[in-house]
Amino acid sequence: MKKKFAVLGLATAMMLSMFTGCSDSDGGQTVSDGGDKTSEATDDGASKDSGEKGSVYYLNFKPEADAQWQELAEIYTEETGVEVTVVTAASGQYETTLKSEMGKSDAPTLFQVNGPVGLASWTDYCADLSGTEVYNQLSSEDFALKDGDKVAGIGYVIESYGIIYNKKLLSEAGYSEADITNFADLKKVAEDITARSAELGFSAFTSAGMDGSSDWRFKTHLANLPIYYEYKADGINNTDAIKGSYLDNYRQIWDLYVNNSTTDPKQLSVKTGDDAVAEFVMGKGVFYQNGTWAYSDVKEIGDENLGMLPIYIGGEGEENQGLCTGTENYWCVNAKASEADIKATQDFMAWLATNEVAVKAMCGSTGAMPSGADGMGFVTPFKSVLESDNLLVNIASKYVADGKTPVSWNFTTMPSENWKNEVGSALTVYAADQTDANWDLVKAAFVDGWASEVAAAQN
Amino acid sequence: MEKSIKRYWPVFVLPTMVAFVIGFIVPFVEGIYLSFCEFTTIKDAEFVGVKNYIAAFQDANFLGAFKFTTVFAIVTLIFVNVLAFLVALALTQNLKGKDIFRTVFFMPNLIGGIVLGYVWQLIFDAIFQKFDTALKLDETLGFWGLVILVCWQQVGYMMIIYIAGLQAIPVDIMEAAMIDGATKTQRLFKITIPNMMPAITICTFLTITNSFKLFDQNLALTGGEPLHKTEMVALNIYDTFYGRVGFEGIGQAKAVVFFIVVVAIGLLQLKVTQEKEVQQ
Repeated sequence: MKKKFAVLGLATAMMLSMFTGCSDSDGGQTVSDGGDKTSEATDDGASKDSGEKGSVYYLNFKPEADAQWQELAEIYTEETGVEVTVVTAASGQYETTLKSEMGKSDAPTLFQVNGPVGLASWTDYCADLSGTEVYNQLSSEDFALKDGDKVAGIGYVIESYGIIYNKKLLSEAGYSEADITNFADLKKVAEDITARSAELGFSAFTSAGMDGSSDWRFKTHLANLPIYYEYKADGINNTDAIKGSYLDNYRQIWDLYVNNSTTDPKQLSVKTGDDAVAEFVMGKGVFYQNGTWAYSDVKEIGDENLGMLPIYIGGEGEENQGLCTGTENYWCVNAKASEADIKATQDFMAWLATNEVAVKAMCGSTGAMPSGADGMGFVTPFKSVLESDNLLVNIASKYVADGKTPVSWNFTTMPSENWKNEVGSALTVYAADQTDANWDLVKAAFVDGWASEVAAAQN
Repeated sequence: MEKSIKRYWPVFVLPTMVAFVIGFIVPFVEGIYLSFCEFTTIKDAEFVGVKNYIAAFQDANFLGAFKFTTVFAIVTLIFVNVLAFLVALALTQNLKGKDIFRTVFFMPNLIGGIVLGYVWQLIFDAIFQKFDTALKLDETLGFWGLVILVCWQQVGYMMIIYIAGLQAIPVDIMEAAMIDGATKTQRLFKITIPNMMPAITICTFLTITNSFKLFDQNLALTGGEPLHKTEMVALNIYDTFYGRVGFEGIGQAKAVVFFIVVVAIGLLQLKVTQEKEVQQ
């Protein structure tokens, strides 16, 4: 008899330890990146509190700003007593993480989509934000993401991209920024540098790497320009069937990139984003296509050596073209969260847009956090925005001040990730063997692919 | 002791059973259900019938991936097993330092697929650079690159199983054969291999299913380039799931089809090789 009890007791103990094991690891997962606060603590102690006040769970997109968000969340909780959990998705894994997190009972209350196409898959989850404080704080309605009359998303950071260049090298080659005001100039300068590259010791362009860490610069960002000019010519801002009227321009800028670079076009498929940065910083290439977010990567060469040019592709009136400016980061509030959580999240967003500490943390860079760490260095679309000390951001603002027209980010209307991948593959194949037949692959991926992706999404 | 096991077996089985149900049965059934649904997150699934399956079979890339995977599975089946068998034979002879060699051959198996993929990509591309091409530009190179990678990774593992099989062959049979005057080749084909059939069954099963399910190595080495021509089924499913809005259900349907095919092939292969096993 005694033995039996011992056996039973042992078995029960084993099972108990297994179950507690489960709950432990569950708790650990939800807050795995969530800083010091654990959700378990709130489950027991503050459950009543959080019932009235609600809580915020922010699924952050930008890994580079993770530490800052954790700190802001802590400050907000200290100030208001509302629990804020910030979890950051790994780079490139946002959709994957969001899909699985949204399936849980403690789903994110604050998440982000990248524009109209991203919104299409999450539209049921986006609460209407019209009339909220954070919406009223926007300096322009253009930065809200609308779905009919519903305000589904609020942009929170404005970014610009173009061709970053090394002033010192450009002048060594005998040119200055003033010499480049359209595609023909850019081509002339780039080809001249290529012709003399042995003597100069550097190439015109850094490698246009088509590795996954870098190919978005071309299949997404560069592809924005032919789309922009087509939309502009047709007076539209979205389409179900792209015509590809500016694909010849896309081809000539791509030719220019790959044939005047540090790298043999056949080797582009393995070149990474880091390769291009390294080449630029070490002065092996004059031009590097990227955006304001890359400032921390390239600032080593010194502010006095950094400049930024619009990406000229030979469109009409491009002398007045500015940098590509826009956002693909829209905050959305989870409509399926509880009333209290939605309210808490909206309050948190309003706080971010108006509170002095929060604004400084988002806009400032060196030492902008209360802890003395660097801020996020964003340009926010809110009325409270501060002047930036990101040189590239200031260059972008100068283009606007000089009356140049910023190019809008139409790549948010690209029908799917798959479309971008197909265009990217085709670009890689074409770069290695630049025949008309291979360019037809790009064309097919661009034009036919667009239509079939739209059809697939509507199906 | 035996008696109490008989009486209390439910208590002992329960923890494993619970874990098995939570970790396998429930997700599996839910996965099959989701393949008939349209969904963004698994909570708001809406039943749509066989629509997803129709779309899955209409996808040319999916069928292409199946073809590529099948050819790949056959080629690696032969290469991995022949190489592993030869290495096992060599390392059961009286060689100096055979333990070290066994360890060395086994080690690649301890490295994760993604890391292997990137390391081999660097190696291959450094070589191909001399010939003015790259792994991601040529499907043939991509195919053989994958074969080499998988052989390198799996030969050591299969070798261990073969060594165990070789060592289990009774010495007396061998001696009897030698006394009867069987040549080396005769001994290999008439005694060693028939006696090794259980090990061969396991190894062929593992290589076939591993090749069909290959994902990390494919993702890291070629990523399906150029133009989906080196894309295997698992990678195709992954891309379907995350590549387009509203395609989660179709990815799920593909995964179910894939599961059925892998199970069918695995069972068929087990049956065929098991029939050849001999009783010692």
